Amino acid sequence: MSAELYHRIIVETAKETAKATRLETADVTVEEDNPLCGDRILLDLLVRDGKVAAVGHSTRGCLLTRAAAVVLARRAPGCSAKELGDAIASLHALLEKGEGPPLWPELAMFAPVQAVKSRHECVLLPFRALARALALIERSKGAQP
Amino acid sequence: MPTMAGRGDFDLAGLRGEFPIFAAQGPRFHYLDNAATGQICRAAAEALIDFETRARANVKRGVYRLADEATRAFEEARARIAGYIGAREAAEVVITSGTTHALNLAAHCLCARLRPGDEILLTTAEHHSNIVPWQLAGARVGATIRAIPLQTDGRLDLDRLADLLSARTRVIAATHCSNVTGAITDIGRLAEAARSVGAVLVVDGAQRAPHGPLDVQALGCDLYALSGHKLFAATGAGALWIRSDLAQELPPFLGGGEMIRRVSIESSTFAPPPHRFEAGTPPIGAALALGAAAAWLSGLDWEAIHAHEQRLLERLLAGLKAIPGVRLLGPEGTQARAPLVSFVVDGIHPHDVCQLLDTFGVCTRGGHHCAQPLHEALGVEASVRASIALYNDEADIEALLDGLEEVVRRLA
Repeated sequence: MSAELYHRIIVETAKETAKATRLETADVTVEEDNPLCGDRILLDLLVRDGKVAAVGHSTRGCLLTRAAAVVLARRAPGCSAKELGDAIASLHALLEKGEGPPLWPELAMFAPVQAVKSRHECVLLPFRALARALALIERSKGAQP
Repeated sequence: MPTMAGRGDFDLAGLRGEFPIFAAQGPRFHYLDNAATGQICRAAAEALIDFETRARANVKRGVYRLADEATRAFEEARARIAGYIGAREAAEVVITSGTTHALNLAAHCLCARLRPGDEILLTTAEHHSNIVPWQLAGARVGATIRAIPLQTDGRLDLDRLADLLSARTRVIAATHCSNVTGAITDIGRLAEAARSVGAVLVVDGAQRAPHGPLDVQALGCDLYALSGHKLFAATGAGALWIRSDLAQELPPFLGGGEMIRRVSIESSTFAPPPHRFEAGTPPIGAALALGAAAAWLSGLDWEAIHAHEQRLLERLLAGLKAIPGVRLLGPEGTQARAPLVSFVVDGIHPHDVCQLLDTFGVCTRGGHHCAQPLHEALGVEASVRASIALYNDEADIEALLDGLEEVVRRLA
């Protein structure tokens, strides 16, 4: 079961975090930690016309966290908050109930993680950061006159 | 009971036979996460099952035969724990749910006596359970927290004691053995320092207790905490030893039944120690299991076991040093350390290492091990930890080393 987590696609995708960059200008930046291991993501979002215009991140973590951050950064641009919320929900359904396929096909690489509950948080860390960033954006809209 | 002839000549197979997990899990089971929890010994498991299925009743309340037997067994367990740690009397042992509960009790009760500006001296090597309770309790009274730093080899820099102690130091709280580096703390030196300023010394013994009987009086500390589940007993019970004259002076921790002498609507008076610190129904079955484990462990030949653990530790250290990309955290030698080792592998996250080691039947722990300040001081976020107990054998160590070489080949 453990060996199946480390298939080629996850390992290769995780390597792409080496190329990740932060945004010089962002509407919101959030920092999210995995309290079990101290893994951390710094996630930047730039939003224009109700959709994500750009994503930046710096991710320190295991292969699962890093691969999840790469997928997020690749797929989030162009999405509305609703579409991102649906993608996060589909990832939860995949991990918690084994339901699929996920809204973003790349997330299917995490299907073997469903069997290892202790590693769900590793995959979810970047998406928890995304959910918090979206909530902050929503809150700031509400604060505007 | 296994034969323990001493001088390293002992019946390891017989000893392993006293731990039901090995028969249940089969040969491809290499349990090296003993610093997180030890496997339950037969004596403890039988005590737990016997109480819960044959002799279950609440303690110190009922007058019927079964309740009386339960109370006697509970107090006998307390005495057995007292014997294992070298307490002067059983009444010095408070039954807790574990070390975390014990240290929270210590922090709550001791900080109630502090004044704003008083100081609590911790160490950088502490488990979070010996940091956070002091932060919480210290903040309520306005106490300041300071910490003894590490040397470059990961041991505590006790030469800094003179700088860190002051007339305001009221409490020193330190681990007896780091749960990350395995380094044993010189408790005698801390006791001397505590006495020099009139401070109380609290020791977290969770990692030291599974490696042989103790003499808390000789150590010179005032309070000593341990966990039953690390001491090859059940989860849910631990102990806090409090020197008897100090215990008499301390206020209660939790309020409720059992810890009182008399209650009116306006106020209450409290029972003497240890009952003052044991509000509500205690973890009776788990305490009986802890007592049974303590009694069984007290009868083993620890000279032979120490020699065995040291041999495994030496092999583990040498094997890890031979694997490219592996860096050990903390002391490199075997002197003054418990048989546990934490390490990092260049370019591979500790969780990924542990997950793949699982495919070889090797159980290790990855993460910060609830010791973030220590990891920060060592310049890493997390590590892999392999921790040895009396029942481990050479096959466990070789499985870890072989598995780790494969992990490095695959992911580095």
